[in-house]
Amino acid sequence: MHISPVLWQFLMKWLTNSALFPREASTIAPYADALYFFLLLITVVGLALVGTLVFGFALRYRKDRNPVATQVEGSTLLEATWTIIPLALFLIVFVWGALLYFRIYNPPPNAMNIYVVGKQWMWKAEHPGGQHEINALHVPTGQPIQLTMISQDVFHSFSIPDFRVKREVIPGRYSTVWFEATTPGTYHIFCTQYCGTNHSAMIGEVTVLTPEDYKKWTEGSTSGMSLAQNGERLFASMGCNACHSGNAAARGPNLAGVYGSKLRLANGSEVLVNEAYLRDAILNPSQHVTAGYAPIMPTYQGQISEEGLIDLVEYLKSLKTNYRVQQTLTTSESNNQAAPATPEVVKP
Amino acid sequence: MSATSSTIVNLPDQKTATIPKKNYITAEDGLLSWLLTGDHKRIAMLYLISITFFFFIGGAFAGLIRLELLTPQADLVASDTYNKLFTMHGIIMVFLFLVPSVPATIGNFVIPIMIGAKDLAFPKVNLLSWYLYMVGGLFTLAALVLGGVDTGWTFTTPLSTHYLNTHVVTAGLGVFIIGFSSIFTGLNFIVTIHRMRAPGMTWFRMPLFVWSNYAASIMMVLGTPVLAITLVLVVLERTIHIGVFDPTLGGDPLLFQHLFWFYSHPAVYIMILPGMGVISEIISTFSRKRVFGYSAVAFSSVAIAIFGFFVWAHHMFIMGISNYSALVFSLLTMLVAVPSAIKIFNWSFTMQKGSVTFETPMIYAFGFLGLFTIGGMTGVFLGALGMDIHLTETYFIVAHFHFVMVGGMLMAFLAGVHFWWPKMTGRMYPESLSKLAAVTTFIGFNLTFLPQFILGYLGMPRRYHSYPAEFQVLNVLSTAGATVLGIGYMLPMIYLAWSLKYGAVAGNNPWQATGLEWQIQSPPLTENFIETPVIDYEAYDYEWLAHKTEQEVTTVG
Repeated sequence: MHISPVLWQFLMKWLTNSALFPREASTIAPYADALYFFLLLITVVGLALVGTLVFGFALRYRKDRNPVATQVEGSTLLEATWTIIPLALFLIVFVWGALLYFRIYNPPPNAMNIYVVGKQWMWKAEHPGGQHEINALHVPTGQPIQLTMISQDVFHSFSIPDFRVKREVIPGRYSTVWFEATTPGTYHIFCTQYCGTNHSAMIGEVTVLTPEDYKKWTEGSTSGMSLAQNGERLFASMGCNACHSGNAAARGPNLAGVYGSKLRLANGSEVLVNEAYLRDAILNPSQHVTAGYAPIMPTYQGQISEEGLIDLVEYLKSLKTNYRVQQTLTTSESNNQAAPATPEVVKP
Repeated sequence: MSATSSTIVNLPDQKTATIPKKNYITAEDGLLSWLLTGDHKRIAMLYLISITFFFFIGGAFAGLIRLELLTPQADLVASDTYNKLFTMHGIIMVFLFLVPSVPATIGNFVIPIMIGAKDLAFPKVNLLSWYLYMVGGLFTLAALVLGGVDTGWTFTTPLSTHYLNTHVVTAGLGVFIIGFSSIFTGLNFIVTIHRMRAPGMTWFRMPLFVWSNYAASIMMVLGTPVLAITLVLVVLERTIHIGVFDPTLGGDPLLFQHLFWFYSHPAVYIMILPGMGVISEIISTFSRKRVFGYSAVAFSSVAIAIFGFFVWAHHMFIMGISNYSALVFSLLTMLVAVPSAIKIFNWSFTMQKGSVTFETPMIYAFGFLGLFTIGGMTGVFLGALGMDIHLTETYFIVAHFHFVMVGGMLMAFLAGVHFWWPKMTGRMYPESLSKLAAVTTFIGFNLTFLPQFILGYLGMPRRYHSYPAEFQVLNVLSTAGATVLGIGYMLPMIYLAWSLKYGAVAGNNPWQATGLEWQIQSPPLTENFIETPVIDYEAYDYEWLAHKTEQEVTTVG
């Protein structure tokens, strides 16, 4: 049987716009829905088959019609049939599901990164340009967005049903998800992992804007400082630059250009420096000692908020030379000589 | 009884029939004789009463949850109360009802008789297992009375170890203790089935109910200790702050998920396998036919028990497990779905060329087939990696596991209770009322949980106290269904109690079934058999039964 493409499109539009299905507002959504419809189809067919067999046999062989049963031992052929056919169908679903999984969880290289911090009971979004939002997220259409997420307390889960994306937001560990919104509008953000008393209030809205509107929005809502700039300030105020000055004789390793590089550690292993590594190295330095350096860095666990860590990580990602580090250091040293004051404790 | 009658029920002449004077119920009098009994049948009845009690508490919480969700606003109870409601609903239904439901009541009662034994291998351990169940239940009730617990039944860390100020330790200890009750039941079944089969009762002559309980018992014994250890670690982290799961103490939050689901996924099969055994018995009996592909059904139970241990991480696909382990666990999940499909088809084909009648247990079994098929197929949705991302943690998953646990397991449990009620009590339940209850349950169940699949695909998260207004219509349907479902569950409670005194006298074998339990008096003697039976026929051998009946008639005549 051949369905005309027009009819097919009409049918799909009706199905996807009615209250039985969520809107398709990301590039991923149609892929997810295709698998969903396939699964629905095999479910309905399977259910109809079981229904036909059960009611067919029960009525055809009811006692009124068939007073005496004929004993049958079984049938290897039938057993093989209903082992192999479901298995084959499930394997198709497995492959299809795996392809969809990698599509949803492997961001394209040109994705724009936005940080999301989950805490009881709100979502905080941090744009690279320094825009902060609570329980809201503004994104442009046509641009892949990667969310790098972390929880400050318990497990949360970041879900945008209309985009068909969701990912657990875990304490102490970055997790990522990406999407590319297709249709301007507002869509629900839900926390889908039970996180305590106000779990159902941990909701927000994604506002999808056209690229022009998004540009207006970013310009209108910036705090004037990018994440990296905040990080630079934190780097200096926490005294990181005292050891990580980039000098050959410095007590800490040179951090310029360290992001994305392969680092040899004191325990002999080699690691790729990514966001998660940088965050861990700040919080648990003793487990991430660079080869050739003494394990003297104190832990910063409990002293920097997740937002502060994000700022530092963004700063280190942007750090290409140590020129400004040394400049800041010189300035602060000359200040210290002029007025030796106790260093301020910074708790952003 | 005419040949064209549409029932197989064969009751003794009610004018002369009496319940045998000497049976396990009348053997001894007084409360103590029950509380200190070693008789597997009496312990089964103790379990039946206790799990029914907890079922109705858990059910009342479900009712309150559905009532709250009638409107999008949070208006019936406060958020904390709501969270405690679904937590207690889950803990009670999973650990105090579903896990012990079929094994500890029906299994306890009929397994020794089915294999021709006088009792389970360790009668005192069996009684101890009931006491542990009750102590665990009391801990859970204590947690409830003292102010409740709001971790969710999954006790997710670090929420449960650090961020909540409720009675986590009490509830955790309760579940810990109930775990031992389950381990002891499993151990008892395994030893009994290995060591105490009557002469001639070979493995492949055993009823499939015994096979499926055997498979479930192995899972109980191997899986439950992991849950116990996990809960101890939660309690230790909560009380003396050792860092196991909480990342701020140096723990790994995903470790808890691994350990918890390593038990809790097999637990699903612990719950459903004995139910599948019930269905095998019933469909065979009411089709007058040997179960189609006996060995395929028996081995599929064992296959489920083995594969069931290697799929736990499919609860964690969105939690950042590695891509490779996601692939492996998704593939294994697909494999574990196959034995269930095999069983469904075997049950359907059991009716082919049979002589089918439609007594209440069979109606419940039909309900099971339909609902379990939906429950199983929607499990494939969730096992598919990319689909799981959108569906997990929403009402889709709530609907899925209710279809398996309630639509599957509870229907099987009710089917079994009706099927063996005449054996347990010596009296029949009222037939037409119970058919009404079965149909009401089926309709109510579908009305409650089908809308939740749609809600889930729309994205409504689970465990939400309030929700966006656009989800209301489907929630109202679901709550309406829950009301019908509630009536469906109340009915058996009432008429089964009624039947204890007024039900028709059942006689030894009202269903003309082949199992050994149907060849002895109802209710059975304390020692089950007057002399040890010798088995020279396979399970579900209706020709043997016809031959035996013929001989008896000849002898008496």
